[in-house]
Amino acid sequence: MSISPHAAIILLILGPLTFAALAFLWPRYWRWFCFTLAPLQVGAVVKLALEVYASGPVRHHVGGWTAPLGIELRADGMAVVLLVITAGIGLAVMLYASRYFDPGPGQQSAEGARRQKYFWPLYFFLLASLNALFLSADIFNLYVTLELIGFSAVALVALAGKGPALTAALRYLLVSLAGSLFYLLGVVLTYGTYSTLDISLLASRVEPSFVTWVALGLMTGGLLMKAALFPLHFWLPPAHANAPSPVSALLSALVVKGAFCILLRLWFEAFASMVTPAAANFLGWLGVAAIIWGSIQALRQPRLKLLVAYSTVAQLGYLFLVFPLALSESSGFTAWSGCLLFLGAHACAKTAMFLTAGNILHAAGHDRIRDLDGITHVLPLSVFAFALAGISLVGLPPSGGFAGKWMLLNAGVSQGKWIWVTAILVGSLLAAAYIMRVLNHAFTRVPEPDIPNPIPPVMEWTGFTLALLAVVLGFFAQWPVELLRIGSPFVSVVQTVEMLP
Amino acid sequence: MVGGRLKGRHSLRPGSSTVNEIAFRLYLLAGASLVAIGFFGILASAELLRKILGVNIMGSGIFLILVGLAARTTDPIPDPVPHAMVLTGIVVSVCGTALALALADRVRAMKAREMLDEEEEE
Repeated sequence: MSISPHAAIILLILGPLTFAALAFLWPRYWRWFCFTLAPLQVGAVVKLALEVYASGPVRHHVGGWTAPLGIELRADGMAVVLLVITAGIGLAVMLYASRYFDPGPGQQSAEGARRQKYFWPLYFFLLASLNALFLSADIFNLYVTLELIGFSAVALVALAGKGPALTAALRYLLVSLAGSLFYLLGVVLTYGTYSTLDISLLASRVEPSFVTWVALGLMTGGLLMKAALFPLHFWLPPAHANAPSPVSALLSALVVKGAFCILLRLWFEAFASMVTPAAANFLGWLGVAAIIWGSIQALRQPRLKLLVAYSTVAQLGYLFLVFPLALSESSGFTAWSGCLLFLGAHACAKTAMFLTAGNILHAAGHDRIRDLDGITHVLPLSVFAFALAGISLVGLPPSGGFAGKWMLLNAGVSQGKWIWVTAILVGSLLAAAYIMRVLNHAFTRVPEPDIPNPIPPVMEWTGFTLALLAVVLGFFAQWPVELLRIGSPFVSVVQTVEMLP
Repeated sequence: MVGGRLKGRHSLRPGSSTVNEIAFRLYLLAGASLVAIGFFGILASAELLRKILGVNIMGSGIFLILVGLAARTTDPIPDPVPHAMVLTGIVVSVCGTALALALADRVRAMKAREMLDEEEEE
């Protein structure tokens, strides 16, 4: 493809946005929109990744205006890795949803038709806002993308249309609005102090002061609400468990990661010069609490989708261990890139899990774990995919989850921070326990399991492919790490290659 | 050039105590109080409409600080960046309120239906 990297950046934001409008106006042609956008998006992401790998970060000034007045879009290694994850998960969910909402000619209910009509515009809208978030280099622009993501995510949850989903959507919206307003207040205070919104300009101007700490605290607090870190996770399980399954997958794999990525940008780039170990440890401790609490709750859930949702709460906890571990000069990059690798592996594994949970829910008509005995006879591929995704969540080699945890562990051991090392290991054991709880029932032999509905093959294969990807990601871990190196906020990145498993 | 003019025009750090500065402190204080009142409203009231109003009050507080920030200059022309931020913020806030009201309406209708069903069962 011979488009310029600047065109690729614009295409990644305006492309899905245009298709969102088209899909809203002419819902009947959703198939055409999907199969036009998918190759365009994948092409643009690949082009951008190759360009960044070959010649460093790409900066695009929207409308030709430079900072501080203009808006800058920036594609560095981290942005490109996240765009690749978004494009991959987006493609898989698209394939799954194309059959989920439309089981075949003559079989679609009026309710299914209504959901399909609104799903596609919202899906494109969500993709556009996620891409915009990962490319933004300006803290106010990040606020806008954060709100756009929040709105489309809430509307997607409400798509389920049933009682608990509506209440969950409303609670999610209120938390999301309050969170982004706190973030906005922090942005305002930052602008008032440093007269700029640009992340790289901020990085050179920021110095520790009371107002700056209040600003960073407000922004972090708001983002923690959106990223559902314990104890602000209360809205996540009902919202993720009651949404339609393709939506649950998008929410758990991508949406919560958006807020987390802004946190990374703030703590390691814009405000890096004033971050203290005590503040970073505080986030680390919340992460540990999330791992323990989320896993224990996952063990106690009666329903499969709730179990998977609480597992998200636990897995998000690991991501926050990056804050204390990446402060070190020598092994900071190891922890930071390990965290992003873990994020990618979790995105693949969790999408696979929600998609297979959706298959089980659809086939059996319920997702009560204790009544899932013998489901493996009916849906062998889905249960196998669930188990493979579980391997990555637990962190067994050679999965992507293992590679990410290994890098975090390496950073922890080399810095002698045993408490974070212990948390990672205990969390893995707990994850193994809740995954086994599901598989135990799934593999129990029963003479004639009562499974009424057949599942279209594409819905089984998308989940399986993603689960397989999560498991083999460990073999290719050096690729994302090489990419992450480009434009990363860490200076000494030499040691990392030996730390890869 | 515009960037150079904007750079360092104002600062929340002490030192520049002009009349503008005192006025700005008032805006900051009023805005911060509104944010606190709005957030308290979201947390404390059980009614959905009051929660949505709470979100709006929080937003207004932030916009007030931004407007104060724009006027906080010795220049006769106020700083355009906070104005642009307020405009964007208002658009986002209107969309959020509309979405929240639509959802709250659905939730209320659903609750009413559930109550009717229960009465019929009795």
